[in-house]
Amino acid sequence: MADSPELVTRRRRGRPRVSTWAPPIALLALIVGIAYVANALLGKRAFLLPRPDQVFAVYVSPKNGPAIFESLLHTTEVALVGLAIAIALGVLWAIAMNTAKWVERTTLPYAIILQSIPILAVVPLIGFWFGYDFVARVIVCVLIALFPMTSNTLFGLQSVDRSHKELFRLQGASRWTVLTKLELPTALPAIFAGARISAGLSVVGAIVGDFFFQRGTPGIGALISKFGARLQSPELFASILVASLFGVVVYLFFQWLGRRAVGKWYDFG
Amino acid sequence: MPTATATATATLLDFSDVQMTFPDGTVALSGIDLTVKRGEFVTVVGPSGCGKSTLLRIASGLETASHGSVELATDRIGYVFQDATLLPWRSVQSNVELLAELHGTPKADRLAKAKEAIDLVGLTGFEKHLPRALSGGMRMRTSLARSLTLDPEIFLFDEPFGALDEITRERLNDELLRLFAEKQFAGLFITHSVSEAVYLSTKVIVMSGRPGKIVDTFEVPFAMPRDPEIRFTGEFAGLVGKVSHALREGHH
Ligand SMILES: Nc1ncnc2c1ncn2[C@@H]1O[C@H](COP(=O)(O)OP(=O)(O)OP(=O)(O)O)[C@@H](O)[C@H]1O
Ligand SMILES: [Mg+2]
Repeated sequence: MADSPELVTRRRRGRPRVSTWAPPIALLALIVGIAYVANALLGKRAFLLPRPDQVFAVYVSPKNGPAIFESLLHTTEVALVGLAIAIALGVLWAIAMNTAKWVERTTLPYAIILQSIPILAVVPLIGFWFGYDFVARVIVCVLIALFPMTSNTLFGLQSVDRSHKELFRLQGASRWTVLTKLELPTALPAIFAGARISAGLSVVGAIVGDFFFQRGTPGIGALISKFGARLQSPELFASILVASLFGVVVYLFFQWLGRRAVGKWYDFG
Repeated sequence: MPTATATATATLLDFSDVQMTFPDGTVALSGIDLTVKRGEFVTVVGPSGCGKSTLLRIASGLETASHGSVELATDRIGYVFQDATLLPWRSVQSNVELLAELHGTPKADRLAKAKEAIDLVGLTGFEKHLPRALSGGMRMRTSLARSLTLDPEIFLFDEPFGALDEITRERLNDELLRLFAEKQFAGLFITHSVSEAVYLSTKVIVMSGRPGKIVDTFEVPFAMPRDPEIRFTGEFAGLVGKVSHALREGHH
């Protein structure tokens, strides 16, 4: 079976080759170079774009380095709690809609509304109702991350083949059996795709929450807004970079998780 | 029919004056009278859209006839769909175990049954493979094995080999005949291929275009187990010709 599709995909998914990682690395080097040149050309206004080594120095400085990483930790906490709630709620909501038509008819319009309300407009209200602390920050995350979870799961559950359903029906399988042995497994790739999107959005939510709700121990968003206001440009850049990297890491983690979970039988992008 | 009389000739499936009108007004079947007895292998041929799948769906209980009576004397039905309908996340082994699992059969029984069925269809050694790593023919065998675990008294086949190449189809035809001889189930088989119909069955039913009616019935006189060489005899060709002719007549 030298050429079974299984082996072919495994080969494609193997260790990334030079041609995969070399071009982005080269581009990064170019950007770093351009930053130096631009910084030199800016003269008096060099603070607009700090030198990469100045940015890097922030991470190792005893004052701001630990502060950045500590606030990143707080952001992570909010984002993960928010994401966990969004995943649980989203999957349960989708299952409810898939199980009972009336739930879908009554609540699906609100899922779409949830998707289209400008979240920033509602944020002050959330603070007003839930305080300007951890809970409010988590709620922002959930509001932002919930929709992709719900819609992806629902789509996944509804994409079960008619013949598969009939196969189960012919054996008199119960609703619960159909859900656990057919619908949820079929929906798994869509659920992981949703989780990957929601994870990224949850990071966005946590940072937005930091901007608005600064009680308790706000995260990296609060630092970004502080450094921005004080024109501390290397610190500002350092915090933004860390926040972005965090988003990327979360996305990659869910990509990896999705591949681990369903990659054997589904080409999880 | 020399072999059918040897076993008990209980009627397993009985359609009388069955009509099927869908809610949108489509009349798919009309005045269908049909019986399938134990030891019989009945094949239905007919133009596309004449209601062949609908016939099977009514027989299995997936659909309810709008008129007439349908009696099924057993609840051990094997249903083989046009595509293999395997669950892509399950290995061959666990796909074959599925139906027994849905019936709550204990693990040890399930394993034994699946092993026997996998053996019967010649897939030993492929138990751990996922469906995507199988050829079309192997997928169909897995699907057959899955139905075999129910030890069905009647097998319903909806164009199971339609998507396969000629060689694979012929090989699977021979295996199906072997299984039929060994397991003594009753078969109701749908196909587009007249020669497949004549080769496999004890009786061929020809249907007309919509609304689907039975226009002709042919008893196939060749002995079971069938010699593959029979396909190259004049007698066989003659019967294929007659069935094809009836099919063409019914088309108009
Ligand atoms: N649920 C349904 N509602 C309305 N019409 C239907 C439904 N199912 C089938 N039909 C119609 O009934 C007719 C018979 O369909 P059926 O699938 O039984 O045909 P078939 O003989 O199996 O065709 P093919 O050989 O192409 O598989 C077709 O005209 C089809 O459009
Ligand atoms: Mg059909």
